[in-house]
Amino acid sequence: MTVIKWNIRAGTYYDSVVLMQLQRGLLELNGVIDAGVVMATPANKDLLATNNLLPDAISANPDDLLIVVKANDDSSAENAINQVDELLTRRKSSSVSEDFRPRSLSAAVKQLLEANWVLISVPGRYAAGVAREALDLGKHVFLYSDNVSLEDEIALKKFAREKGLLVMGPDCGTAIINGIGLGFANRVRRGSIGVVGASGTGTQAVTAQIHNLGAGISHAIGTGGRDLKSDVGAITAHQALDALKRDDETKVIVLISKPPSPDVATSLISAAQNAGKPVVIYFIGYPPPARKIGNLHFAISLSEAAEMAIKIRDLRLETGTKSPVSSLYVRGLFSGGTLAYETMIGLQASLSPLFSNSPITNSQILSDPLHSRAHTIIDLGDEFFMVGRLHPMIDNDLRIRRMKQEAADPEVGMILFDVVLGEGSHLNPTGELVPAIRAIQASRKGIEFAAMVIGTDDDPQNLQLQVSALEEAGVKVFRTATEAVEYISLKFGASKKNEFTPINLEQLKRPLTAINVGLESFYESLISQGAQAVHVEWKPPAGGNEKMAALLARMKNKREN
Amino acid sequence: MDIDNANQTAVNRLMEARPILKGVAPAKDVIPGMKDNLFLHAGPPIEWARMSGPLKGAIIGAMLFEGVAASEAEATAMAERGEVEFDSCHHHGAVGPMAGVTSASMKVYVVENVEHGNKSFSNLNEGYGKVLRYGAYSDDVLKKLHWMNDVLGVALADALAASNGIDLRALMSEALHMGDEGHNRNKAGSLLYLKLIAPLIAKTMKDNAVMSEVLQFLGDNALSVLNPVMAACKAMTDAAHGVEGSTIVTTMARNGTDFGIRVSGLGEKQWFTAPAEIPVGLFFSGYSQADANPDIGDSAITETAGIGGFAMATAPAIVTFVGGTPKDAMNATLEMYEITFAESKFFTMPSLDFRGTPTGIDIRKVVELGITPRINTGIAHKNAGVGQVGAGLVRPPLAIFEEALVAFAEKYQL
Repeated sequence: MTVIKWNIRAGTYYDSVVLMQLQRGLLELNGVIDAGVVMATPANKDLLATNNLLPDAISANPDDLLIVVKANDDSSAENAINQVDELLTRRKSSSVSEDFRPRSLSAAVKQLLEANWVLISVPGRYAAGVAREALDLGKHVFLYSDNVSLEDEIALKKFAREKGLLVMGPDCGTAIINGIGLGFANRVRRGSIGVVGASGTGTQAVTAQIHNLGAGISHAIGTGGRDLKSDVGAITAHQALDALKRDDETKVIVLISKPPSPDVATSLISAAQNAGKPVVIYFIGYPPPARKIGNLHFAISLSEAAEMAIKIRDLRLETGTKSPVSSLYVRGLFSGGTLAYETMIGLQASLSPLFSNSPITNSQILSDPLHSRAHTIIDLGDEFFMVGRLHPMIDNDLRIRRMKQEAADPEVGMILFDVVLGEGSHLNPTGELVPAIRAIQASRKGIEFAAMVIGTDDDPQNLQLQVSALEEAGVKVFRTATEAVEYISLKFGASKKNEFTPINLEQLKRPLTAINVGLESFYESLISQGAQAVHVEWKPPAGGNEKMAALLARMKNKREN
Repeated sequence: MDIDNANQTAVNRLMEARPILKGVAPAKDVIPGMKDNLFLHAGPPIEWARMSGPLKGAIIGAMLFEGVAASEAEATAMAERGEVEFDSCHHHGAVGPMAGVTSASMKVYVVENVEHGNKSFSNLNEGYGKVLRYGAYSDDVLKKLHWMNDVLGVALADALAASNGIDLRALMSEALHMGDEGHNRNKAGSLLYLKLIAPLIAKTMKDNAVMSEVLQFLGDNALSVLNPVMAACKAMTDAAHGVEGSTIVTTMARNGTDFGIRVSGLGEKQWFTAPAEIPVGLFFSGYSQADANPDIGDSAITETAGIGGFAMATAPAIVTFVGGTPKDAMNATLEMYEITFAESKFFTMPSLDFRGTPTGIDIRKVVELGITPRINTGIAHKNAGVGQVGAGLVRPPLAIFEEALVAFAEKYQL
């Protein structure tokens, strides 16, 4: 009859590689049927349960080492448990004459003075502390650990941004810096495509595809999955974008994320518009506003993002043709809901704040449809305006009044409207609109008009005549919403200067030299890629003794006062 | 309160202390609070009943030396009845290797820290073999002690009186560059000491035959300099004690029963103690780990000051004591950087590109990382009078650093 014995060692942390070796050592002992040696995280406990190795009524925390042995009889199980220390020491004594392995970050830094990165993969509750220490020491951080609180993430990233340092993560799985893969990364050739990735596997898919298609990567900078949530506000993504923008070796940038918060997406897209080089954007699950807006290219899949990046790598960018006028607003006055909606989707990518009486998200609701705010798109065909009135496609009166109202606002730089021709519509809409526009132009200098004209050569209104009338009045005419969106985005997209300390590019371009705190396999991977690295033999502070750790934390806080 | 600033102050005081060997004099003439029936010993204070074999033996020997008792039995009985007093060397600015027993009429080295003005004291080194510091008190041992007091001590006293003193910090720095770590290995330092003291002895001694004896004794004993070095380290660490808010360790010492530490920002006589561990090391032929007494001696003052086990990287010859390779010696020093606050300005190591030795043990780092200081040590036989049986490595119990941390937090209301 089989027996299960176990041993819990509170606050004893070992790297999983060590634990696996220990487990293998236990399995080789006489009479042992199965063994599990794990840090007692919920996931690990589940795994033990699946293998019928989790004893009932066991109380072990994620910081505890849990050793479980299933054996043929009591004495074999007992013997195996007793062998644990010897097996652990045997491993140690085999490494007696190895290079010194520091136990603290500060000692590691002294051993490898030129280190510019710190990789952190310790349990989440300790990770922020280690990251903070790395930033204090002036190092960029690759933070693989998860279970770092949102508050800690924000605090760390703000602190890093002040110092011109990157915090990739928490929960950042992948990055490639100067050809060296951090965490989980594919071996890809170096090249001129830079990647900013809020998704680890997404970054792997894109960088691998770029390599497979014959091109290469300058840097792939991870941000961690929460970076593009509005709480964090894409701090790292903005820093990364800015760095790649300034990096001469990067010819095109790829921006990948799971669905970002709309406001964050907008700010990132605006920043990308000012990159001065092509940017391919793929926000998985986020409606692409267009295929292309100026230097921005919107992909619809990871593989397409890779293909696009390679294709446009060598495109010469037109610059200087459109100077943004971000202090002024655009007001759209539409007669058709769908055109208004398509324009909204396109513009929301780069204009903020953006309001409408038929919004896409709640934050865009225009509380009073009669009064526009900031950038506003109005659907005049909405029921609100239709009570007791003819549809604006038949009657231009409402729209002309609203044009005057908008033009009276000194913050308005452009009035956009649609002209929908065809059966049933007004027979000469520009006949009424153009005189009104000319009257406004006479009294209000510098205001721009743009029209989206929908119609065919066979329509009763005479398409060509309508377009010419508009153009003669100085109205910019578009035939699709996409064209209009591109034009307006480039003109009105925010072009604020960065409000953070830029990352020192020279430091980023230096060969990657790193200190690894946590998973030994990350260290081994760095070494096998030819990077210089030091591994920190990390253990929880005060050996997991919470009272002592709390005391030490207070004594550290005192130090900062 | 800023702990880092306080520690910087304490460590600066430790490093900048300038210990000069000024003289040799009877203990009761120079050691504050010394008196006829007082016997100083190594380590934290301890009462007779709890003393280990070697310490009891050394006390008996010192009582016989002083003539306080006529026999072992009488000495033991007096000690049991409380007719003699005991105190820690450290409460009197003194240190002694192993049992560290110092009595009123024993000649002691006088070291003055000319930077901060404090003084420290240490007895004279007896050399190898059956010696009082390992608890031996046979007639031979006592006879040698008397010769040391009456001949060697006088010669050294006269010689030093005729000089401006010997700069021990400079001597230690040079010895570190010559393969000593200053605790277990003092070959180079002792020769440097002989080089400096010999001309002075020649200048003051009349009798050439006796002078030859004295120089022979100093030259044969590769530990001659250990006691002045320990006193120098004591002068340095005492200068660092009493800095408000500092978490730097200013004493590590063992009495053969307990291991004790003191911390700069805590009390003068506030010790944190736990049972001393038995050192692990290499044994002289015929002895084994089973013969070893728990750790004993004030010599860990060298590690406290940043040499000894902390300077292993500069003394590759002694790594065999701890059963390792030169790389292990390097690693030993690298490990000590983890728990120290600074690197010495004056004690440097060629093998580490002249990096300063790890200096100023910070109890915060010890507790945070769970790394305790490494101490190179001689190993005493657990029975009184047998003497040294080996040399090796020992570490203080982690618990005393935790206790000190708690006491610190309480005192400063953290």
